[in-house]
Amino acid sequence: MKSWLSRRNLLSRLSIAAAGLLAASAARSAKAAVQKVFASSGAPRGYDPAMHKWRMAIDANRCIGCGLCAEACKKENHVPEGQYFRTWIERYIIAKPKPGSGEARGETLVDSPSGGMHGFPESIVPNAEIQHSFFVPKLCNLCEHSPCVQVCPVGATFDAPDGTVLIDPKYCIGCGFCIQACPYGCRFLSPVTKTAEKCTLCYHRITRGLKPACVEVCPTQARVFGDLMNPVADDPLQQFYQNNLVQALKPHLGTKPRVFYAGIDKEVR
Amino acid sequence: MTNAVTNVVAELIPHFEGYVYPNEATQQPLWSILIVLYPYITGLVAGAFIMASLVRVFNVKALEPVYRLSMLTAFAFLLCAPLPLLFHLGHPERCFEVMMTPHLTSPMAIFGFVYAWYLMAVLLLELWFDYRRDFVEWSEVTPGFRGTLYRLFTVGVTDVSDPALKLDFKIGHILSVVGIPSAFLLHGYVGFIFGSVKANPWWGNALMPIIFIMSAMVSGIALCVFNYMVLSWVRRKALDMKCLDVMCMFLFYALVVDAAIEGLDWIHRIYSAEEGFQVIQYMAREKLFYTLSLGQVTLGTLVPLLLLGSLQLLRRRVPDLIRRRMYFASGALILLGVLAMRWNVVIGGQTFSKSLRGVMTYKMEFAGLEGWYMGAALLLLPFIILTVFVKIFLSEKLPSTAPLEPHPAHAR
Repeated sequence: MKSWLSRRNLLSRLSIAAAGLLAASAARSAKAAVQKVFASSGAPRGYDPAMHKWRMAIDANRCIGCGLCAEACKKENHVPEGQYFRTWIERYIIAKPKPGSGEARGETLVDSPSGGMHGFPESIVPNAEIQHSFFVPKLCNLCEHSPCVQVCPVGATFDAPDGTVLIDPKYCIGCGFCIQACPYGCRFLSPVTKTAEKCTLCYHRITRGLKPACVEVCPTQARVFGDLMNPVADDPLQQFYQNNLVQALKPHLGTKPRVFYAGIDKEVR
Repeated sequence: MTNAVTNVVAELIPHFEGYVYPNEATQQPLWSILIVLYPYITGLVAGAFIMASLVRVFNVKALEPVYRLSMLTAFAFLLCAPLPLLFHLGHPERCFEVMMTPHLTSPMAIFGFVYAWYLMAVLLLELWFDYRRDFVEWSEVTPGFRGTLYRLFTVGVTDVSDPALKLDFKIGHILSVVGIPSAFLLHGYVGFIFGSVKANPWWGNALMPIIFIMSAMVSGIALCVFNYMVLSWVRRKALDMKCLDVMCMFLFYALVVDAAIEGLDWIHRIYSAEEGFQVIQYMAREKLFYTLSLGQVTLGTLVPLLLLGSLQLLRRRVPDLIRRRMYFASGALILLGVLAMRWNVVIGGQTFSKSLRGVMTYKMEFAGLEGWYMGAALLLLPFIILTVFVKIFLSEKLPSTAPLEPHPAHAR
């Protein structure tokens, strides 16, 4: 009889241990929820994310491909050297169709040397053969249904109430799942911190009443930034929405990007 | 010297055709050999366990000689399954956050739980109940350290009375029944990690978990065939041909279903030809030719299908020796084919840009965390662990008991 009891004891001890593990997990979840409220986002004390809805919009018609935005972003956010970008500029060159080809358009060439940070070299397609050519600044699309947030195994990347999608670098485990899940190539694994990084709309600046660095330096106002909850007089963002028919990138994926584009072509992905 | 080294490193940086997003240029593939091995090893676990449950749950008596070996195989590989994941993390020291503060919408967050459940609640417990009587007996007849080890494994439960053994058997059976959906969950979930990435047309696919489950079963059974044959050869023991025949029959049918589902996946992709199909087609034809057309399809699927299929028809006419060689070749080829399949999914899914405008070339490095050596070491490790397990738990020197039924001799 004794050994029967000992087995029962053993099993009950095992179950207690399992229950303990589960309870610890629940406790840590609660702690994480609290932590998330105080996540290391770079916002100053007293900033209330519930009082803002930050948005950026891109008027591609205005972009001249100077690359100042990409450069400013690198400096402002200490983005690692090399091919790492929180924002970059793509150049699209759509060639004229070959005579007699029966096509409406020729080939589309896309490039972004060094993220467009130092401008663009001469096009390899001669000017006379170009049908359309334009620049498209890219950044985090701040999706409403962000696949990156959905897949993060620890919740290190999260939707802030003010419309930004942020990453807590102290919490990210560096698995790279969010980078795989982002359809827009906006994320990278920093070789310095070994965590995922992306555009935060310069959260440390916007929460102090400043504009994101890229918006600040853009000479043509191709990048439009504002707060939907607190529009200013002649709000550029409101004017942008008023004056343009807009598109979002890869809408079929259902990510609902909150960054809208004006003046882009169907070739832009 | 530094220049020479730098040049070598520079050559390793992948090059591109067409346009890739700038952030993709430096880090592709972000998930490399370690993440290829992760679903491979996990699949072997699930497959080997399913193989063992054929005996336990479906009562396939012919497979009894490989029951314990299959369970130990599953156990040895399960111990190594999280290692590649762990090593590839940017911050491995934070890995416990996945279990402590899981983000429940993430397919990856569930891994810790599925893994822990499978290891603790299914495999470890089932093995313990299977071996309990043996531990008691072995601890009595084995002197020295080994005896102490067996005594430790009994965890103080030394009752081997008939009702106790009956209960062991019953619990083991229940665990095995629970284990089958758990094994499916374990590997189906691994497939879902890839299948859930809608940003990637190569991965984002509802069939992915099913493909992973089926290929896991195929690779797991093939591994059991391989291990059984190698172990018998090492121990100079005659193979139980009936057992081998039945094992390979299951292997054949699993392979037929697996090949059919993967074929269906391709037919669907080709027929629907959705956005991104062009780049996938190019990749399959050019970049993945050796691993896909040659490795996965021809050597890993068609040749074994032919070998195993012909033996289903002509088993009695083929002499044992030739049959054994054909089985061994099929098992080994399938193991390589499934590894190639994992490679094609993981690496293939990252060798094209999500802009769908460019492809990349991946050259694997030799040394380093994501290199050949590391990959080989991680693949060898479970075999080393399995060797130790076989020495301890399948020792030839110890009296072997029928593992699956209460022994009448012990009725008191």
